[in-house]
Amino acid sequence: MIRLRLERRESTPTWFSFALPLAAIITTLVLCSGLVVMAGANVWEAYTTLFMSALSSRFNLVETMVKASPLIFTGLAVAVAFRAKFWNIGAEGQLLAGAMAAAFIGGLSILPSWSMVPLMIISAAIAGGLWAIVPAILKTRYKVDDVVTSLLLNFIIYYAMTAILDGPWRDPISGYPDSPDILMDAEFPVLLRATRLHLGVLLSVMAAPIVWWVIRQTTLGFAIRAVGENPKASAYGGINITKVIIITALISGALAGLAGAGEVGGIHFQIMAGISPGYGYSGIVIAMLARLNPLGVIPAAIFFAIIVTGAEGMSRATGVPVFLADVIQGTSLLTMLAALLFTTHRIRIKQAHHG
Amino acid sequence: MDEILMQIFQVGFFTALIRIATPLIFATIGELFAERAGVLNLGIEGIMLLSAMTGFSAAYFSDNLWIGILAAILTGVAAGILMGALTVTLGLSQHVSGIGMTLFCSGLAFFFYRLIFGQPSTPPNIVAFQPVAVPMLSDIPIIGQPLFNQTALVYIAYALVPMAAFILFKTPWGLSLRTVGESPHAADSAGVNVAWTRYQALMLSGALMGVAGAFLSMVQFNAFTFGVISGRGWVCVALVVFGLWSPWRSAAGALLFATIDALQLRLQASSAIDIPYQLFLMLPFVLTIIAMAAVSRNARAPAALLKPFRKEER
Repeated sequence: MIRLRLERRESTPTWFSFALPLAAIITTLVLCSGLVVMAGANVWEAYTTLFMSALSSRFNLVETMVKASPLIFTGLAVAVAFRAKFWNIGAEGQLLAGAMAAAFIGGLSILPSWSMVPLMIISAAIAGGLWAIVPAILKTRYKVDDVVTSLLLNFIIYYAMTAILDGPWRDPISGYPDSPDILMDAEFPVLLRATRLHLGVLLSVMAAPIVWWVIRQTTLGFAIRAVGENPKASAYGGINITKVIIITALISGALAGLAGAGEVGGIHFQIMAGISPGYGYSGIVIAMLARLNPLGVIPAAIFFAIIVTGAEGMSRATGVPVFLADVIQGTSLLTMLAALLFTTHRIRIKQAHHG
Repeated sequence: MDEILMQIFQVGFFTALIRIATPLIFATIGELFAERAGVLNLGIEGIMLLSAMTGFSAAYFSDNLWIGILAAILTGVAAGILMGALTVTLGLSQHVSGIGMTLFCSGLAFFFYRLIFGQPSTPPNIVAFQPVAVPMLSDIPIIGQPLFNQTALVYIAYALVPMAAFILFKTPWGLSLRTVGESPHAADSAGVNVAWTRYQALMLSGALMGVAGAFLSMVQFNAFTFGVISGRGWVCVALVVFGLWSPWRSAAGALLFATIDALQLRLQASSAIDIPYQLFLMLPFVLTIIAMAAVSRNARAPAALLKPFRKEER
């Protein structure tokens, strides 16, 4: 009888960093092709429009990068948190906190015009960080599960935001439950004329190597990794776990908050209920696909930006519901998680002995 | 003030309270079985959403509500098996698997709903379950109507809590299940199949979450909307902690949550108070977090929760 069994492996080959996400994505696309067939479309046609429409023109290419920017930020936010095994599922809410802070600062006419953009960025980071500290304190002080609290906090801030938009912050000109537009001076500079490629996109691409450096090269980064990998040993080694988790939460939330700043300062110029179509949750998928490596977050985020942008075109051309993009996200998280098993284990085919 | 209190505590208030508590009880007991066996099932939110969709669709096309419930149960069981494949067979992170399950199931729910129904201007609806009055009992003053003039699933929820307690604490299967969640190696030595027990717990967990989801789309709202669950699943995960992994205490937590939710619905409708309704929607979530903070320090989760079991590795 032949049995398959999992065995621990000592080291992980470096090419796995590329091969595993690729394998996960290919598996996902194969699995999801069943859905395309069910929708009565040609798989090849649906997938080519899905991937190509985002890359077909200069305009679409720029739009894909614009979509990738918040995803890079939320992906980084999750990657940092998960490194410390701080299960921050609240990037969505932290993004909203950052967006609200940016929109508030961006609407203040008393500030000198040169200071508006930097102040928006800083305040968004602070707001996101503070909102992320809540589950961190609940985890370290009260031993409350961080997954559940960070999730519930997403709903709390969302309802709080819509309450304010419905009341004191409603745009008096349009009358819609949106915040008033930010001032002209608060709009993020555009990097490429006649496009929406804004400062936030540049910041997100720059943030990835910085976060990578912090995690890899600094004492703080070492502490974050140590707490994630072996909390008992790191406490024994003199690391203050509570402090590390709270700092991790601050960094993670600040990154998610920056995603909100970019959306307000570079895209919408105001706050409305639908400002984030789930960027925070996509960040989890992206971080996992990147194997929590901040540098890997950029390609992973671009990949999902392509899918999100392309899904509309695919839906128009082939009739496959746009929600295929959501299924692809969920499926690739699961396939990547399964693929990660190969970093710690190998499959051995065993001949079982009788008697 | 008296007027506000009068507006709130009508008979209808208690009827609504029971109706709101019912899906929470189903899903909370479902989550509890999984966690007692050592698996945190964070797929709950997505499983409820997908079941709400499949249950509604099956009822819509078959014109039979019970076929809808059956479809929802089967959906939940299938999701439970998938969750088992990830967390039991492969031994992957329960946190990330659960979030992945929720994203995956939610995506499927949206995808198939759009595929089946397109984008109608008014969402299709069904004739929902109707209340069935229990003879005699429903005539009891005050409590008779809210407790005993409800839909059939509510009565099943009443029976579910004592049944769950009985199964967990009085049957051999319940004992194996708890041992698997506390000390899988001991269970294994005693001849219990740890993996299979966890699969069974996850299937039961999924089935109950399925009923909870179907209740929301087939009793509470009689239509499927993308926001039909909106965080209720996550609340149930919190209720299990709040209930210290006991069916009775968790169900009591569900009733408490339902009371707050029913209260906020009343206050929303009441003209006496002028506060944005979103703040009322927020309130139950805030209180859930406070309740968790109050009990978590002393709460003792099943010892093997979150820990995959591999026979050859100790």
